[in-house]
Amino acid sequence: MAGPVQSIERAAAILRLLAGGPRRLGLGEVASSLGLAKGTAHGILRTLQHVDFVEQDEATGKYQLGAALLHLGTSYLDVNELRSRSINWADALAARSGEAVRLGTPLEGKVLIVHHVFRPDDTLQTLDVGALLPLHASSLGKVLLAYGAAALDPLPPDGLEAYTRHTLVVREDLDRTLAEIRELGWGAEVQEMSMGDAGIAAPIRGHGGLVVGAIGLSGAVERICDTRGRPLPALIALLREAARAISRDLGAVRW
Amino acid sequence: MVDRYVMSIDQGTTSTRCILFDHRGRLVSVSQREHRQHFPRPGWVEHDAVEIWRNVQRIVPEALQSAGVDAGRIAAIGIANQRETTVLWDRRTGVPLGRAIVWQDTRTAPLVDALRDRPGDEFFLDRCGLPPSTYFSAPRIRWLFDHVEGLEQRARDGEVLFGTIESWLIWNLTGGIDGGLHITDPTNASRTMLVNIRTLTWDPELMDFFGVPRALLPEIRSSAESYGEARALLPGVRIAAALGDQQAALFGQTCFSPGEAKCTYGTGSFLLMNTGTDLVSSQHGLLTTVAYKIAGEPTVYALEGPMAVTGSLVQWFRDRLGLISTAPEIETLARTVEDNGGCYIVPAFSGLFAPHWRSDARGVVVGLTSYITKGHLARAVLEATAWQTREVVDAMNADSGLALRQLKVDGGMTSDNLLMQMLADVLDVPVVRPLVAETVSLGAAYAAGLAAGYWPDLEVLRRNWHRAAQWLPDMDPERRAWEYESWQRAVERSFGWVRLPEQPR
Repeated sequence: MAGPVQSIERAAAILRLLAGGPRRLGLGEVASSLGLAKGTAHGILRTLQHVDFVEQDEATGKYQLGAALLHLGTSYLDVNELRSRSINWADALAARSGEAVRLGTPLEGKVLIVHHVFRPDDTLQTLDVGALLPLHASSLGKVLLAYGAAALDPLPPDGLEAYTRHTLVVREDLDRTLAEIRELGWGAEVQEMSMGDAGIAAPIRGHGGLVVGAIGLSGAVERICDTRGRPLPALIALLREAARAISRDLGAVRW
Repeated sequence: MVDRYVMSIDQGTTSTRCILFDHRGRLVSVSQREHRQHFPRPGWVEHDAVEIWRNVQRIVPEALQSAGVDAGRIAAIGIANQRETTVLWDRRTGVPLGRAIVWQDTRTAPLVDALRDRPGDEFFLDRCGLPPSTYFSAPRIRWLFDHVEGLEQRARDGEVLFGTIESWLIWNLTGGIDGGLHITDPTNASRTMLVNIRTLTWDPELMDFFGVPRALLPEIRSSAESYGEARALLPGVRIAAALGDQQAALFGQTCFSPGEAKCTYGTGSFLLMNTGTDLVSSQHGLLTTVAYKIAGEPTVYALEGPMAVTGSLVQWFRDRLGLISTAPEIETLARTVEDNGGCYIVPAFSGLFAPHWRSDARGVVVGLTSYITKGHLARAVLEATAWQTREVVDAMNADSGLALRQLKVDGGMTSDNLLMQMLADVLDVPVVRPLVAETVSLGAAYAAGLAAGYWPDLEVLRRNWHRAAQWLPDMDPERRAWEYESWQRAVERSFGWVRLPEQPR
């Protein structure tokens, strides 16, 4: 068996250090406390920040433990439990929007569909539960990425896969979109996974506001979007209402 | 125009919920509260009727508040209720005389066995369409008369009222001791064993037989008609429907034509098939029951196959064995294995209902080997629900002469995808879930809205039904046959376990 991985040992030491006192610590304090070069400490802190184990105060630039770390032990939510708690709201969303509804949770770098409500027009449709979607090309996936519920492999070997000519394949474009999603509270996919289709998704939060999944509706692009390819505000409102209702049910008080 | 809604109150076995629906049958708001289950002795199950009424008083305002409306926006109230659960209360004080005896309670087993012996099943089947069973209300009234000092005399003196839960709630909603309406509907009344299934009136012979005085019994009104206005809680709002929960689900699934069937998966599960205005007597262990009676129209009947323990087996797995922490986790646990590993659970906790009707059966776990894990047990728990459904569907097909072409499902367990796939597999027909899973509540709302003119006719309601999910059969026929046979062998092993008296004294 290989020996301990040094960078993980150092990361653990940083987390212990941050957990040790009530106040935030600056980069210099972290580095000197642990006898690390500033560059090394900075690299580890950046990575920990990326997985939400560490947060950086915007004003002072100092570091503290992140929310995800605090909920590490309590964030587990059974996907079947999630479906059971969401089913009424997902039904209501499908009924009101007239579109198909799906719930997704992260699974090994993909989105796992855990619940699917057919578009309520009684046409032949197949249950998608258990299917996997790409994170970067689906609205459900982008929402999970935006809120740190899922992470992309740091360096995809051939870049991000293009499903259509609209798929976001450049990392910077994707990051910009994720920031936008965090700002708006919802995300969209317009012909990014298959031509002619569009979808919108919003985060589902559990205890403490931690994002545990995403709910989305999808359909033909001309029904989801206006003539300029922007999702219809009425659908967004219905979607966010459903996401909030499920989140409240799961114990996320503020949403 | 301001939107108006229909309110349903679904008083179920474990909880009570209040839901508002809009014109298109879409859920607008929900409020729900659980009540305590009392198990004072093995086989006894009781509820506190006062606690249930108090819960209704809480959830109704909550549902209004969450929809942001006041009582003035409610077009009508419909009530669906757990059936056969028996409440007796004092007409003058409004106080229940003891706890309500729940439909799962088996204390009347010795009495029921005696009735099946003499005068025998035929006597009852001819009159009320039901074989004697611990399931129904009349034996409970008899039991109470025999065990509560002075109760029978007080009932004869007209001091006591009987009701199933809808009667209790309507009486309280319409004023209680201050002129509350003491009424029921044919779907509930026909489950007492006191009603003539053809005339839908209290049957003098049956009343005589059980020693139940007329003064105790509510007036039988239609399932959908304007009974009167609420005085408590929602003053001035019309109460316009009452249906037993299973009949409400049949109505909510818009099974309005003969041959249409649904199964509701909850604590117990109940498969009902509309048989139209014909009364079909079962030759295969199903119940003949009233589907609904709309005021001014002929009575519509149904065949019913009740399964006593389905969701409650999952609850037992969670609460008594502690192998899972929430009911939906059973699916996660069951998916840790490929199959049942040869293990079967027959959940005859209080005997078996349809199609066996064996009160002497008790639960068995068979096929245990050192190979069996909790994952296999979880699978066996879910499969028990699927195979029980298969037995009822076989009986239904034999009685109706029709082969079921698809099964409409609803109820809490429909969120379990593995179970839904198992159902499609063992029944070999598609299983479809409607867009509104809360069909019990929806059915009560539909009936009330119909009576109040909120909806014009059944066709409009039918158009509100949409498919939300569908599971298709995907099981090798030989494997299906083999598994079914194994299940049936397991069921045989549950028979005859109980000896009377239950314990040496």
